[in-house]
Amino acid sequence: MKKQQTNDVILQTVTKIACFIILLFSFHIFLAGHNNPGGGFIGGLMTASSFVLLLLAYDLKTVQNILPVNFIYVAGTGLLISICTSAGSFLFGAQFLTHSFGYFDLPLLGKTELATAVLFDIGVYLVVVGVTMTIIQTIGERE
Amino acid sequence: MTALHIAILSPLAFAFFIPLLAKYVRRIHTGWFVLILPALLFIYFLRMIGMSANGETLKAELAWIPSFGINFTAYIDGLGLLFALLITGIGSLVVLYSIYYLSKEREQLGSFYVYLLMFMGAMLGVVLVDNVIVLYVFWELTSISSFLLIGYWYKREKSRYGATKSMLITIFGGLALLGGFILLYIMTGSFSIRSMVSQTDIILSHDLFIPALVLILIGAFTKSAQFPFYIWLPDAMEAPTPVSAYLHSATMVKAGIYLVARFTPIFAFSEVWFWVVSITGLITLFWGSFNAVKQTDLKSILAFSTVSQLGMIMSMLGIGSAALHYNHFEYYLVSIIAAIFHLINHATFKGSLFMAVGIIDHETGTRDIRKLGGLMTIMPITFTITLIGAFSMAGLPPFNGFLSKEMFFTSVLRISEFNLFHVSTWGPLFPILGWTGSVFTFIYSMVLLFKTFGGKYQPEKLEKPAHEAPLGMLISPVILGSLVVIFFFFPNILSYRIIEPAAESIMPHLLAGNEKFKVKLEGWHGPSPELYMTIGVVVLGILAYLTLTKWKKIYRLFPEKLTLNTLYDRTLYGIEKTSNKVTRTYMTGFLRDYLVYVFLFFIMMIGGSLVLTGGFSFDTKGNAEIGAYELVLSAVIIAATLTTIVAKSRLTAIIGLGVIGYTIALFFVIFRAPDLALTQLIIETISVSLFLLCFYHLPKLSFKPRTVKFRVTNVVVSIGVGAVVTLVALAANSQHTLNSISTYFIENSYKLGGGHNIVNVILVDFRGFDTLFEITVLVIAALGIYGMIRLRLEKRGEEQ
Repeated sequence: MKKQQTNDVILQTVTKIACFIILLFSFHIFLAGHNNPGGGFIGGLMTASSFVLLLLAYDLKTVQNILPVNFIYVAGTGLLISICTSAGSFLFGAQFLTHSFGYFDLPLLGKTELATAVLFDIGVYLVVVGVTMTIIQTIGERE
Repeated sequence: MTALHIAILSPLAFAFFIPLLAKYVRRIHTGWFVLILPALLFIYFLRMIGMSANGETLKAELAWIPSFGINFTAYIDGLGLLFALLITGIGSLVVLYSIYYLSKEREQLGSFYVYLLMFMGAMLGVVLVDNVIVLYVFWELTSISSFLLIGYWYKREKSRYGATKSMLITIFGGLALLGGFILLYIMTGSFSIRSMVSQTDIILSHDLFIPALVLILIGAFTKSAQFPFYIWLPDAMEAPTPVSAYLHSATMVKAGIYLVARFTPIFAFSEVWFWVVSITGLITLFWGSFNAVKQTDLKSILAFSTVSQLGMIMSMLGIGSAALHYNHFEYYLVSIIAAIFHLINHATFKGSLFMAVGIIDHETGTRDIRKLGGLMTIMPITFTITLIGAFSMAGLPPFNGFLSKEMFFTSVLRISEFNLFHVSTWGPLFPILGWTGSVFTFIYSMVLLFKTFGGKYQPEKLEKPAHEAPLGMLISPVILGSLVVIFFFFPNILSYRIIEPAAESIMPHLLAGNEKFKVKLEGWHGPSPELYMTIGVVVLGILAYLTLTKWKKIYRLFPEKLTLNTLYDRTLYGIEKTSNKVTRTYMTGFLRDYLVYVFLFFIMMIGGSLVLTGGFSFDTKGNAEIGAYELVLSAVIIAATLTTIVAKSRLTAIIGLGVIGYTIALFFVIFRAPDLALTQLIIETISVSLFLLCFYHLPKLSFKPRTVKFRVTNVVVSIGVGAVVTLVALAANSQHTLNSISTYFIENSYKLGGGHNIVNVILVDFRGFDTLFEITVLVIAALGIYGMIRLRLEKRGEEQ
């Protein structure tokens, strides 16, 4: 991805809005994953695709300024979270990767289901975002 | 661990200290330290003669791998003791000789004595164990140490060639031997030779009898240089002379003889054994002596002579098995006794001859008989030793070779009267081959003696002026030479104590209870057919020797191309070349060719087993209705696939692939898999864009096929793979033997996992472990891409 031309006004303007819509949709799909189609994998891919849209509309440097994140660390963090949540069941004397869930009355949200499986899914989500972005950025940077 | 075990293993243990001695005690020749051990062992074994003469045996067991019945069982009987005495006795003399033969300054004495001790221990092990697996271990150790000793002067091309050749041939035989031992184990359920002997009846009637017999004989024949495996022995003459004297005349080459003698009680009832052993022996006897005459190198003459003499011993062992078929067995037993007696005689005279030849080589710088001559007055002691050895070898009185040769003639004459096994048809062959071989033996013995010591002295052809050897070098051959004479005049010092017990261990079936063989050897037994045969040998031999130059041309009639050596060399070359060629034909280095192999095997294995087992069945029961959507989508996907295959440009192919991917997503939609459809859509998008990213950097699709044949193969293979996979899928779908486990997930996804999305609950909860490693795979892929691109850039930057 070479330096983009700066007169793509329509593209850039639409991107500014579309990007947030895609991000929101991806969060929705991620959180809804336990009961409806979706989950960490698709959510992660969608988040990544919103970033890809940014990359298409702007050049690589600009995106790196907006998102000053090293995506390899993101992928690593995701993997770490997944492993830690899987191993967390040891603390309760259960076998590896034993999940549990329960219903809680949270302030603002009312009765909500909280599941440890979602923590695991956060790891998946971060890995997918990190991996996709790393691949695309690395290949894009190549001269 | 008894004294006997210690005796067998002591050379191996002592070998560990040799390098230290060779390195730190440089003033004294290492050989002096080594000498102590075989001398002590010889005395140790001498003390057992009394025990063995009373018909007693000694057995000591040491557990090695008891769960497999493999134990280090040391066992001494007459035969083992005879060999142990030969090994240690001649071993001591050879070590003494080598002290004067090998220079302290120029040679690597440490390695030499380590190998030699290794060999001595291994050889003691071969003859003194009862367990065949342990015997095999020691057997291979003799091959390895012999290999090391032949290649001792490893900077010479010919040494390496000889060492490799002997290694290949003896190891080939060793492996055959192992096979034979295993077959014997299958038949008897025991690795112990003595327990096998006690089960001879079972072995004789077993189907595996002949294979075991053949394999064991291959092992014995390769080691003992019998026809056609003798070819390694002449090339092994590149070893230092003490090694040739020890290994290749007195001990190692007799390991095969030992083996044949040791297994005679088991196999000798069979006709095959009688014929194979005796005829191979006779052919080897004739062929070895015939070839020895044309050699010009002293050691080559001796090598072929060893081959021929071993053939003679072997044939007598074969003939001796006839004794088992008669009640008055003494009539044929003479050949077993002759074999044992000649074994001892050969070790004495051949050892002394090798040492004498070593002295000539050492003092004149050559072993070529065309350069030597007239040394009789210059080297009188060496001459005397050679004379005794050569005359004994030729079978002349008053030397021990005469006695054993007479006994050999007796046994071949008697066997021609034998009326079992169709001997009456072939009977005359035995004395004729034996007698002709003896004539040639006489000729080469005379060549050896008179071409070296007779004639004119030619100092200009020698590398250094000839003179008599130092005293120390002469001690060993003088001792052996005197034994040659002593055994002629007093043969019975051997017969009661050594030959009788040895014959008893070879032929245990012939003795009932406390019976004993009576062996009486006589120097003179009056006029008999054997004596006239010897006179015939001498007369014809002298005539032939005097006219040697006239008839030596016949050796040129035999073309070099037809020899066994050429066959061996060609075979090795051919094997190497063929395997190289075969490898080159299929290891092309092209991935596409390997893929063709992989897929062809896939088709053959899976398709073949479908056809062979009749595993294909087709059943449409339980299949769902096919709707209009499915038909349309299938048509789209087929069209896209065809486009991708026949596309001329890469862009079309990539878009075709994209169409396939999105259609699959649509299939997921109509087959109600929303998670899959979502993921498939996004992944397809990303992979298509990655393809497009690479697009610019790739060369144009090449449609110039390598050959038409290649393309046809590809079409056939891909259609084959497709057909096989389709058939397997149809067959699998037609057989529902077990219920699906999916009902469990449907029932428990909310109860246990707390979620309604079954796919997601399976991914993160029921089967979360798979997901954990799938995301690991993703991270590894990302790191891989990052690493490949970044590191390459950095490297390029460095170069600039």
